[in-house]
Amino acid sequence: MLFRLLSGDFPRSRALTVVLIAILAGLALAPFIFPGTRSLNVAAKVAVFVLLVASYDLLLGYTGIVSFAHTMFFGIGGYGVGIAMAKMGASWGALALGIFAALALSLAIALAIGLLSLRVRAIFFAMITLAVASFFQILASQMSPVTGGEDGLSFRLPELLRERLVAYYVVLGVALALFLALLRVVNSPFGRVLLAIRENEFRAEAIGYRLVNYRTVANCLAALGATVAGVLYAIWLRYTGPDTTLSFNIMIDILLMVVIGGMGTMYGAVLGATLFVVAQNYLQDLMKLASGSLEGLPLLPALLHPDRWLLWLGVLFILCVYYFPAGIVGRLRR
Amino acid sequence: MAHPVLETHGLTIRFGGHVAVNGVSCAFAPGTLTAIVGPNGAGKTTYFNLISGQLKASAGRVSLFGEDVTRLSAPQRTHRGIGRAFQLTNLFPRLTVLENVRLAVQSRAGRGRDLWSMWGQHVELIEKAEHTLHRVGMAGRRDTIVSALPHGDQRKLEVAILLALEPDVFMFDEPTAGMSVDEVPVILELIEHIKALGDKTVLLVEHKMDVVQSLADRIIVLHQGELVADGDPASVIASPIVQEAYLGVAAHA
Repeated sequence: MLFRLLSGDFPRSRALTVVLIAILAGLALAPFIFPGTRSLNVAAKVAVFVLLVASYDLLLGYTGIVSFAHTMFFGIGGYGVGIAMAKMGASWGALALGIFAALALSLAIALAIGLLSLRVRAIFFAMITLAVASFFQILASQMSPVTGGEDGLSFRLPELLRERLVAYYVVLGVALALFLALLRVVNSPFGRVLLAIRENEFRAEAIGYRLVNYRTVANCLAALGATVAGVLYAIWLRYTGPDTTLSFNIMIDILLMVVIGGMGTMYGAVLGATLFVVAQNYLQDLMKLASGSLEGLPLLPALLHPDRWLLWLGVLFILCVYYFPAGIVGRLRR
Repeated sequence: MAHPVLETHGLTIRFGGHVAVNGVSCAFAPGTLTAIVGPNGAGKTTYFNLISGQLKASAGRVSLFGEDVTRLSAPQRTHRGIGRAFQLTNLFPRLTVLENVRLAVQSRAGRGRDLWSMWGQHVELIEKAEHTLHRVGMAGRRDTIVSALPHGDQRKLEVAILLALEPDVFMFDEPTAGMSVDEVPVILELIEHIKALGDKTVLLVEHKMDVVQSLADRIIVLHQGELVADGDPASVIASPIVQEAYLGVAAHA
């Protein structure tokens, strides 16, 4: 049972197993053990980002291609729900239509980008994704009658989903199920071909695998994963806008989460996303505490002032990348 | 001669002004081993690349079982039966030995598109890969990461991947280069065995003349991209053009 659920890809490290179980338990019981709106927001964001980062790892870590369009697909999911809810009203039919339209659009774009640009060198693909993603960002901010422009869209959901507890478990359940699905894909015969392409594309082709086909399918799967993550995030926030989904800052965050967690491991996405989102939300509090307790001492309180939180986050990341080049999971598995 | 499996007709490739392979026409019959010899830079590996599809010909044709495959990509030619081992070891370095071979087995079985089953559950593919490793004498290394293998084992694995593809045309590009003396016989026996199957076509680029003489039914000589000699080993080696072109001995000396 567990074997099938994890597709035979166990954490292979006692410490990693403990951490993963702790994160899973934390997320599953979050509404009861971490009361308060803020902590539940953090937990939901962790769940969404685990899926978002895992689907990106399928591209970067497993297939070895760099895409800058992952937030675009994330945004398509968010706007799919947002536009449908805001324009058609809070019905289940509109929600389903929005989700379906978002998935179809993502699939079409991912397929087109893949077939057009994955034949040639991977750098060309990276450039194309950058261009298309920028285009989408501009589109979203300019078409304000539809997208709400820079303000984004606030909307109401069907009644059942307005219940926070229900919404939370929907988000968590879907994210978890799709994470396990991605874990299955990377451990399938197809997944091994992706690894082969990452390791040596010349030889992968010589033994009979057509690179463009495999890369394009990986690109489509990653895009669909990101779209669902966008759908979940919009459902949770009951809002969608450029800063919550489309922004390039989020693209950078995703890259960092993949690298910190460990590329090409899937479990790295869980660790990377959890660590990052929690740090993003609680580092400032921690620093306020530290700064306050060190009052009177020279320099230190100023250094630990909550406004410096980005500086310390940066330091943490540099240390992380320096000491764990294979990511936290790579380190734990050694 | 039995119907040729593989033929090249006026096969040519130009890189700018340089003609690396120039109008090579040759037919290869099943059950025979043809050695391709010539000095460095004669175009032997380039000729191989044109046949297996890594390079596209500027002119001329490659046909397999009578079908023109000149326009097909390398993976398409692989699926039609042209298998290739490389001169410089060309493996998947961070995967295990077994995974390397199994990727070839899986390609042959057409199972690469399988997204939802588990890699570890395809028992028949794994057994086939293990059997192939056994044939090259590497069964004990199945779980080693390839980048940690000694050079000789990497060369054997290169051959194992070719075997796993079960091609009709086997192309070996200096299979024993860099192997220690005691490792060479395993590979030579394997090549012998493939030849003895009778329906396989074997092409071998090799510098060691003793290897060529013991294995080849036929030798063709490339010199500056052109086919300059073709025939049974004894007469080709004795011919003046080979003495000059390959062994660097002046014809009149």
